[in-house]
Amino acid sequence: MEQTETTSTLETITSSVDDSAGGETRDMILNIGPAHPAMHGIVRIVVRLDGEQVEEVETEIGYLHRGFEKMAETVDYNGVIPYTDRLNYVSPLINNMGYCMTVEKLLELSVPERCHYIRVILSEISRISDHLTCVGATAMELGAFTVFLYMIKAREYLWDLVEKVTGARLTVTYCRVGGVKADLPEDFAEACHKAFEETRTVLSESDKLLTRNRIFVDRMAGTGVISSDDAVAYGITGPFLRATGAEYDVRKDCPYSVYDRLPFDVPVGSRGDNMDRYLVRMEEMEQSMRIVEAALRDMPRGPVLVDPGSGRPIPAAQMVDLAKVGNIGAIAGGSAVVGPTLEGSGHAEHPSIAVDDKRVFLPPKEDTYGNIEGLMQQFKLVMFGHGVRVPQGEVYFPVEGANGELGFYLVSDGGGGPYRLRVRPPCFAIMSALSQLLTGDMVADIVPTFGSVNMIGGELDR
Amino acid sequence: MNPSSLIESVKDHFPEGVLAFHAYRGDATVVLRRSALLEVARFLKQDPALQMNFLMDLTAVDYSTFGKRPARAFFSSSGVAVRPFAQIPDEAPWPGPPPGSRFAVVYHFFSTAHKHRLRLVVPVEEAHAEVDSLTDLWLGANWLEREVWDMFGISFKGHPDLKRILMYEEFEGHPLRKDYPVDKRQPLIGPVN
Repeated sequence: MEQTETTSTLETITSSVDDSAGGETRDMILNIGPAHPAMHGIVRIVVRLDGEQVEEVETEIGYLHRGFEKMAETVDYNGVIPYTDRLNYVSPLINNMGYCMTVEKLLELSVPERCHYIRVILSEISRISDHLTCVGATAMELGAFTVFLYMIKAREYLWDLVEKVTGARLTVTYCRVGGVKADLPEDFAEACHKAFEETRTVLSESDKLLTRNRIFVDRMAGTGVISSDDAVAYGITGPFLRATGAEYDVRKDCPYSVYDRLPFDVPVGSRGDNMDRYLVRMEEMEQSMRIVEAALRDMPRGPVLVDPGSGRPIPAAQMVDLAKVGNIGAIAGGSAVVGPTLEGSGHAEHPSIAVDDKRVFLPPKEDTYGNIEGLMQQFKLVMFGHGVRVPQGEVYFPVEGANGELGFYLVSDGGGGPYRLRVRPPCFAIMSALSQLLTGDMVADIVPTFGSVNMIGGELDR
Repeated sequence: MNPSSLIESVKDHFPEGVLAFHAYRGDATVVLRRSALLEVARFLKQDPALQMNFLMDLTAVDYSTFGKRPARAFFSSSGVAVRPFAQIPDEAPWPGPPPGSRFAVVYHFFSTAHKHRLRLVVPVEEAHAEVDSLTDLWLGANWLEREVWDMFGISFKGHPDLKRILMYEEFEGHPLRKDYPVDKRQPLIGPVN
């Protein structure tokens, strides 16, 4: 803790007389953060120390508050999706999916099967990248810089996959109400297997470097302990709860999408300390890869992009130009080719990735450029003041985020956008338990415990 | 338990406290009198048939502009409103927001033993915006209630340390209230608007 800073108001008082002599001892107040390398993102922790022992902790959050819930009230339903990317920015696809499924629940829509599988695959890839970041950063803060570099390397492979599908690495904005933006690229399964091979190598290397490493285990085992009952009372979910022995996982207990059809185990710990949380996260990554592999095997086949029966392929960009000069005849009978990273899809893939409801989802590109009904449908959905209109009502929908239960509570007044959108951020509950987690431990234990919380400022402060 | 038997169970034990109930889209929801909240919450947690051990979420809704928001103009400067097009019809419509009160405090409970969820809605008037705190029953209620106080200005009776959590102490007003303008800025340093 070399770089901790003390403010002038919180003056540092060290006890100058030793205890055994019966002299005076005074507590020391130490201020960590908000801008401190060990406080991922920005959060401020003020601790009262007795020697090296933490006596009392005060956590101050809110430094990254952007007013997500207020902004969501000002835009239309699809307009919220980019904001959800920035909630948990390490696994944005899970946020996308959770929000879209909430709106779909209110609309009573069911998306096509292939779309479900695509969402699940990308959610699980995001979960792996989230856990890699969390474990890697924790290891780095305990001195294992190699592991951090290895894990970030593996995350790069996964983000390359995400980029291939969505066109972006972080701010993906991939899901839409009623479907996803575009289909998976043709060679996705192959690329995915390759990336997983690399990830597995990294995980086994990291496992060898950490799991039986004396320094790492000494810092992690027995620190940041919380009992299962306390964790439940705080509302803690996800890997943090499962490390205490409670077996709650939204994917198993309230299955959504196609999780009930996919094989996976829920790893649980027993001691509820940092080491168990590390082990649970390591195992969850393996399970996520298992889910993705099963999903790739089971998912309904996508369309053949160039189907000889569906007319000659025309790139969507050319279609726009043809349509602009009114040359509809040249488009007729053609099939649009849209790169997977661009918005929209052609006739070939549209039915398998989007719900068949004109009031919710953009039409295939052939219709947008080729006939007036398609053009009107597109305009009615994208123009300002238009968009998806959902009935009045309120729903709550939880998904399993990388940190635990990520729930969206949506109230609609029948207007063009959400009347109220509330996110239940999983790490908010964990952060509220932080003072209990740290009290009684040593000051050096703040670092591994805070690391295993996996605080994500974006979703904590919204 | 399924949503309807969950609602029945609460209704049977607290016939006085329950104002309304519905299971819109399968979410069991009970609208409660403010005075009954603490009793019902304790019952939900302790009753062996319910065992709601999780307070998953606690939030509030400001219903003051519900259904009264103006249609968004095509170009915001022109003021020409776009006529809203027909919404997707609903076969079993939602009963609507709780009548007569501006705010509603919303609780989501979950039971890991029985895997069921229940939503409690407590209407709160603006003039007397206070409900009982659940911090004695769930430790996690502490921060969630602080957030509702911060964002909506609803206070919680019996809360050990009710202060702002996401905004700073000097902040004036409660940002998620509908009468707080979305573009209003209150920076501690720098230009105000």
